[in-house]
Amino acid sequence: MTSAGWKSESQRSYFGKALLELGRRNPNVVVVGADTTESIKTNDFGKAFPDRFVQLGIAEPNMISAAAGLAAAGKIAFAATYSVFGSAHTYNVIRQNVAYTNLDVKIFCSHAGLSVGPDGATHQMNEDIGLMRGIPRMTVLVPADGPETGRCVDAAAEHPGPVYCRFSRTDVPTVTRADEPFRIGRATTLQDGSDVTLIGCGLMVSRCLLAAEALEKDGVSARVLNLSTAKPLDVAAIDKAARDTGALVTAEEHTVVHGIGAAVASVLAQNHPVPLGMVGVQDVFGESGEAEELLAKYGLTVERIVDVARATRKRRG
Amino acid sequence: MVEITEETIGGLRKQATILRRHILRMTHNVQSGHPGGSLSACDLVTALYFHVLRVDPKNPRWPDRDRFVLSKGHACPVWYAALAERGFFPVDELMTFRKIDSRLQGHPELGTTPGVENAAGAEGQGLSFSVGLALAARMDHKPWRVYCLMGDGEQDIGQTWEAAMAAAKYGLDNLTAIIDRNGIQQEGRTEDVMPLEPLGEKWEAFNWHVLTIDGHDYRQILSAIEEAQRVKGRPTVILARTVKGKGVSFMENKIKYHGAATSDEELKVALHELEVPP
Repeated sequence: MTSAGWKSESQRSYFGKALLELGRRNPNVVVVGADTTESIKTNDFGKAFPDRFVQLGIAEPNMISAAAGLAAAGKIAFAATYSVFGSAHTYNVIRQNVAYTNLDVKIFCSHAGLSVGPDGATHQMNEDIGLMRGIPRMTVLVPADGPETGRCVDAAAEHPGPVYCRFSRTDVPTVTRADEPFRIGRATTLQDGSDVTLIGCGLMVSRCLLAAEALEKDGVSARVLNLSTAKPLDVAAIDKAARDTGALVTAEEHTVVHGIGAAVASVLAQNHPVPLGMVGVQDVFGESGEAEELLAKYGLTVERIVDVARATRKRRG
Repeated sequence: MVEITEETIGGLRKQATILRRHILRMTHNVQSGHPGGSLSACDLVTALYFHVLRVDPKNPRWPDRDRFVLSKGHACPVWYAALAERGFFPVDELMTFRKIDSRLQGHPELGTTPGVENAAGAEGQGLSFSVGLALAARMDHKPWRVYCLMGDGEQDIGQTWEAAMAAAKYGLDNLTAIIDRNGIQQEGRTEDVMPLEPLGEKWEAFNWHVLTIDGHDYRQILSAIEEAQRVKGRPTVILARTVKGKGVSFMENKIKYHGAATSDEELKVALHELEVPP
């Protein structure tokens, strides 16, 4: 993948910095961790505000419930770890203690998707978007790059109720604009186009932009949407894309069984049906390897987006 | 032992009888719910709500209130009965328990029922939630205390012990856990389903201050809570030995009444046994 002058940056670093800044501005913010605080960059908050930082060890269900207890006493509680532990391992605790209670718990998880790399399938969480989208009252964020991850921290703190945010371990190209305000529930148009719309989230957004460049060379004008809120979906933006371009392609570092592709399909089917192609992890587990090797092997590539876009356009009525 | 007058104890006994009658009527009315574990916890809940807790029924969200967390959510009939009798909502509303459009859900829901402090039903989460509350009180230098009532069945669950370690790590002396040790869970005796003993030694090994009492003796209950309030640097767990179905002869120690309501005839007999003292 070539990066057209993009800077490659760590989402975790932006997360840690934003959390530290938020902690300075808002004394009501507390952070709980589960023996991953250095890796996920919450330890800077911990050093700056030791009285508002709680290390609970390798005990994620306890971490999530304790965060809920802190929130029930009026705190804005950030719980952060790797996505496999912060979503699947804690699912019923999130459901009962965070979402059913509608408390101000913000779950921020790194190490989402295949790009975790050599740690292998046990750590490659390709199912969390679907798991969290299914829980009533839950907001689900998937920032495209480092700066947007930072903006998610601020937006989550201001948003009343539970939030789940997932991002990558690997550095990702910075593609969002600093002057573009971030709003939960709104997809941003990174590039306009009229022949097809590429809807990406997370690290697939930059790949959608590169795919759009490739399609342009063939005379195909592609719109690119950054779907950084996986729930609630920006139904208006999806609807408009369907009406304006007549073909959609989703791209996600997540299983296609119940990710953003499936969510967009549901919107399309109920509103303005047009052909939809899905790029994502098929119904399989990952394996060890470098991030780029894995993304290539499992079809999360620019070339795949281009191919699916062409095929999807052909299916238009 | 603290000074507790006969009059105080008599008043609590009378109150507990009223709560027990509510529990039986509520569960009989919908022919569902969990009377056995509500009856075993009844004296503990009565002692807390009618003698210990600093709460304000007129202002259920008063920030400086003590927090009572019911981890064994299925015992919510006793919680609802106590809250109603304390004036958090009308006593008449108790008969809406488990019915459509009710504020009294089959298991506790946060935000709908005045006075309810947590959601529970999936077991084993309440102590962790209480750890969060106790940490918040400490961060804010607030004197309010957290009381978490657990079932003994919940001692099977890994998360209970995650919370136990965390509370000890942070020396949460503003947190008191109470275990309703009635010895019976859904499918049988706890020692048959999953042996828990030596339970007190387990909690001691987790660096808690452990007190073992008769969970139906008000002098012991109130003394233990008073001691827990005085202990510094460690959380306290009160192992309260109780009788499942306590107060109704044919329900006591019967596995069946964990999750079965009484029949019409049984209700009549039970209410006759539970005459409210003058």
